Amino acid sequence: MKKLFILLFSFLTISAHVEAAAEGGEFKPGDMITHHIADDYTWHFADGVTLYLPVILIDNGAPKVFSSSNFYDENHALVPYEGYVLSHGHIYRADANGQQAADQSSLLDFSITKNVASLFISVALLLLVFFTIAGSYNKSRGKAPRGLQSFFEPIIIFIRDEIAKANIGPKYERYMPYLLTIFFFIWFNNLLGLMPGGANLTGNIAVTLVLATMTLLITVFSGNKSYWSHIFATPGVPTWLAPIMIPVELIGILTKPFSLMVRLFANITAGHIIILSLFSLIFIFESIFVAPLSVAFAIFMFFLELFVALLQAYIFTLLSAMYFGGAVEEHDHVGDHGHGDGAH
Amino acid sequence: MELVTPGIGLIFWQTVTFIIVLFLLSKFAWKPIMNALNERETSIENALSAAEKAKLEMQGLKAENEKLLAEARMERDKILKEASDAGNALIETAKQKANEEGSRMIAQAREAIENEKRAAITEVKNMAAVLSVDIAERILRKELSNPQAQHELAKDYIKEVTLN
Repeated sequence: MKKLFILLFSFLTISAHVEAAAEGGEFKPGDMITHHIADDYTWHFADGVTLYLPVILIDNGAPKVFSSSNFYDENHALVPYEGYVLSHGHIYRADANGQQAADQSSLLDFSITKNVASLFISVALLLLVFFTIAGSYNKSRGKAPRGLQSFFEPIIIFIRDEIAKANIGPKYERYMPYLLTIFFFIWFNNLLGLMPGGANLTGNIAVTLVLATMTLLITVFSGNKSYWSHIFATPGVPTWLAPIMIPVELIGILTKPFSLMVRLFANITAGHIIILSLFSLIFIFESIFVAPLSVAFAIFMFFLELFVALLQAYIFTLLSAMYFGGAVEEHDHVGDHGHGDGAH
Repeated sequence: MELVTPGIGLIFWQTVTFIIVLFLLSKFAWKPIMNALNERETSIENALSAAEKAKLEMQGLKAENEKLLAEARMERDKILKEASDAGNALIETAKQKANEEGSRMIAQAREAIENEKRAAITEVKNMAAVLSVDIAERILRKELSNPQAQHELAKDYIKEVTLN
């Protein structure tokens, strides 16, 4: 019975590693959850269905490419390969004994991990969907939208009218491509992350870091005179306060994208952790009677996550637009500080 | 800590992929989509304003039509009135003429009858004169057929003459 549930479980939240429990070992929910939300060199769809992804290492400037299957023997135990060892989800240089070596300098890991593979899939999906839509716009010029087009058109118009126009103002058109791209990128990846077997891409700090950095760079480079004058000579503040005000304002530039990065990462990761924890309850109590309750809560959480997936994409896009709006706004009237960052 | 430590590999792939996707989508998806949306919106706006204009024009046309119709109606009434007046006048004249003609004809007829009557009376008078002469002649002839009578007459005459 337990085995059956584990099978079901692995099908539902596929990358959950519960072999230890299945093989009689102690079930550690913490390890299982961490494993699920962390990156991996293999894509584990279900028990026995594993895709070994390519490993790309830059060791002292020399590229090395090989399959991650080399790190596993026939019993799925970890083995060192060509002087490298896979340990706790990372590849390290190995010493003579096949242990993690002390010197790990200038070893860069550019492997196509599960998250990178998932990124490529989501990007392919994005391109496919929006090229198709663009095609249908070209085909039926000036006509009513149809099919996929009519599903995405209201969203695109919403981003244009309610996010870009409302927060950026007349110069919104320049930012539309970026806003549309991040919105759909985050939304698609949030949803893909909820799919069985999906990778936790938008719940990875590296991904949100890159997205937030993009927003930061665009904000800084589109900042006009009044934006910078607000930072270096805030109107209405005495000059002698400048040594305090300037560092505060400069930190303010960074905290905005930092909040973007953490918000998206934390929301998505937390959702995954909650759902996995609810499932873990079944194995912690080792009772099938907990299952209905766990599943009920997990289903509720799943619907919440579907909503959060959309909400977080919206918030990220909205806040980015607000920051751009603040950067290009013309401050004719003193005392307008209405572009704050709400907590989410 | 593992969870909040960004990996260099994913940062690299995410940056590269995202920039490529941003470029591709901007060029081949967002641009045509936004253009098509703007185009459609302006065309809808134009169509709406054109419809509004057409409505106003229609209203103008309708008003003009009504004016024309009213004018036509007035014209018709005028023509009808004129025609009926002319008809009445014509009838009146014709009646008058007929009356005159009738009276004239009656007068003529009276005159002719009078003349005929007079002629007939004259004729009768003449005829009576002739007849009376004729009768007198015949009577005389019969009276004077015997000499006695002639003698007596002569005697009468002489008597008369002598008496005178």
